[in-house]
Amino acid sequence: MNQMNITPDAAAESLELSGSEIVIRALKDQGVRHIFGYPGGAVLPIYDSLFQDNELVHVLVRHEQGAVHAAEGYARSTGKPGVVLVTSGPGATNAVTGLTDALMDSIPLVVITGQVATHLIGNDAFQECDTVGITRPCTKHNWLVRDVKDLARVMHEAFEIATTGRPGPVVIDIPKDVQFKKGPYLAPNQVHHRTYRPRVEADDGAIRKAVRMMAGAKRPVFYTGGGIINSGPEASKLLRELVKLTGFPITSTLMGLGAFPASDPQWLGPIGMHGTYEANLTANRCDLLIALGSRFDDRVTGRVDAFSPGSKKIHLDIDPSQINKNIRVDLPIIADAAHALRAMLAVWKEEKLTSDPALPAWWKQIAEWRGKNSLNFKNSTTLIKPQYAIDRLYALTRGRETYITTEVGQHQMWAMQRFKFEEPNHWMTSGGLGTMGYGLPAAVGVQMAHPDALVIDIAGEASVQMTMQEMSTAVQYDLPIKIFILNNEYMGMVRQWQELLHGGRYSHSYSEALPDFVKLAEAYGAVGLRAQTPGELDAKIEEMIAVKRPVLFDVRVDPKENCYPMIPSGAAHDQMILSDAEDEPTVSEEGKMMV
Amino acid sequence: MMQKDTRIETHTIVVTVDNEPGVLARVIGLFAGRGYNIESLTVAETDKAAHTSRITAVTSGTPAVIEQIKAQLGRLVPVHRVVDVTIERAAIEREMALVKVAGTGEKRVEAMRVSQVFRAKALDTTHSSFVFEITGAPSKIDAYVELMRPLGLVEVSRTGVAAISRGAEAM
Repeated sequence: MNQMNITPDAAAESLELSGSEIVIRALKDQGVRHIFGYPGGAVLPIYDSLFQDNELVHVLVRHEQGAVHAAEGYARSTGKPGVVLVTSGPGATNAVTGLTDALMDSIPLVVITGQVATHLIGNDAFQECDTVGITRPCTKHNWLVRDVKDLARVMHEAFEIATTGRPGPVVIDIPKDVQFKKGPYLAPNQVHHRTYRPRVEADDGAIRKAVRMMAGAKRPVFYTGGGIINSGPEASKLLRELVKLTGFPITSTLMGLGAFPASDPQWLGPIGMHGTYEANLTANRCDLLIALGSRFDDRVTGRVDAFSPGSKKIHLDIDPSQINKNIRVDLPIIADAAHALRAMLAVWKEEKLTSDPALPAWWKQIAEWRGKNSLNFKNSTTLIKPQYAIDRLYALTRGRETYITTEVGQHQMWAMQRFKFEEPNHWMTSGGLGTMGYGLPAAVGVQMAHPDALVIDIAGEASVQMTMQEMSTAVQYDLPIKIFILNNEYMGMVRQWQELLHGGRYSHSYSEALPDFVKLAEAYGAVGLRAQTPGELDAKIEEMIAVKRPVLFDVRVDPKENCYPMIPSGAAHDQMILSDAEDEPTVSEEGKMMV
Repeated sequence: MMQKDTRIETHTIVVTVDNEPGVLARVIGLFAGRGYNIESLTVAETDKAAHTSRITAVTSGTPAVIEQIKAQLGRLVPVHRVVDVTIERAAIEREMALVKVAGTGEKRVEAMRVSQVFRAKALDTTHSSFVFEITGAPSKIDAYVELMRPLGLVEVSRTGVAAISRGAEAM
């Protein structure tokens, strides 16, 4: 018989494992420690292999969307890919919001979905859906693995594609029979995708040209984004060095917070619709805009034909499709941020360049804009202002290892404006997709990765109810996440837009029939807190920090407060509204069309 | 302020892809999802050993949109190369069509005569109909079909454009 001729050595070389064992082995060989998932019929073999393994830590969520957001929080706070395991059909469709969120924000995820057996595919079988079809537009790449012989290769390619170039989510759909069948295992170093080669090194000529443009600029500004964070901590270090060396002002997108320390005098605050007056005016009047790992999102640019109209623009991005997509630029650089920044620093030093003598005058102008104090608000002695709540949260958590996640809406913008981030990977928010319900499960993922850190979800009472069920996950795994709910009893941002654009007709934006969040926390086995007056806020925040258990903190804030400053949609950066007190903003018909 | 170039141009884009399941859906989904036009699309495996297929897409849009289409195609993982033959190469573009015409008498004779001028070949003949095969640039096929219309045109089947560069070099 044939088998008799196989020597033990040869048998070891052609290691045969079941599909589900291949999955577990590949995850471990890729350095994975934590998986977020939910079992079901079509992934039972993988769950069985997981049961027999004692290295991988599985976090059982309460809904697959929660698994994906948790993996996103895990990935953003560690720089490592997040891994998700869910079943076919509804397991996969529930993951779609998270996948889209991760695609928009360039978060590396490897999502494994079970699928009905190959002979049932296309038969409308129980819990069957066309997972690769549904997830094609919301992943960086995806695979349906019909043959166990391809499984090990696909597993490793998936990690390569998710984590390199512009990171993003990938889906591996594995039919149940493939999970049972035996096939060969390949180690990660035996696999390399045959065509996928993202470009990371910058073109030397382009770098040299960029640096000379920088030295010649009279009114420059750095505008950085999530690409710096995704490139890794080295990119943030190099960015800080370049900003110091040039003496230029710097602003960043929502996604880029923490790459440059917010306490630094060269920091202007965030740019965009709810960015600071000084950041937006600086971008509007500059003569050189240096975009690093940012993508000229419509929330940043406002009216595109009025965006930074008098400037030359340099755009560094790892993804060539971002160049000239929204704003035409003068000098594109396709590269990884750390590589390009290192090269820029080298050229600046080698050519012994200095900034233009006009730079102090530019700073003087910026100081004038800063004098507007655009984040100012009128505090109250009776009502907790949401801005005040965030200021106190920041003050009382300073000096700790603190990670902040958010939901989506006014509270998110206030957190962006007021919480000062000093380091990258400490700020997790849904930027591109704007997913309400992101922050609570993301906090679960962050806390899993950083068990001893203080992890706070700055939330709204509407958003947080979208994924509230993950409190149960936090309780199960002893994750002491803090859900800091700015409860204004409204979908605040919706209400703000209805006030500005729809004559104050608050159509369905009131949070009717709210649960008692303190009792809800207790029902989950967590801790509930409530603050209703500014006077009791500090003590309650300190209590929240001190409790080593999950906390739902119901902070009752002024329901009427609006988020300023604001660039009305369809307007230019120099048309910011600073407060309610100003004249009614005029929003053009065209502006009303914009989201 | 920069003037936006709003001219609509037609470009022929050749994409070399891994011949794997779903690759065509990725390309078509990209065009549909981002609102790009497809005027014609042809696809077939061109290298069996390397498992690569060649997709030829004719698309139209402003220069900025054309630039985006190429960049977005380049992002797809199974895509090897994207070549805009309209600007990068002097290309030959050809299309094949099968054209059915029905009629008798003078119209039938005229259909035959026009087809001879266009070097279209009769593939099927009955006493009252022809099926012609014609190859040429898309504009030539347009002209031929227009001439056939009053002569009893019944049905047209077109392949879409296939393109290749002139000279000794591969694309």
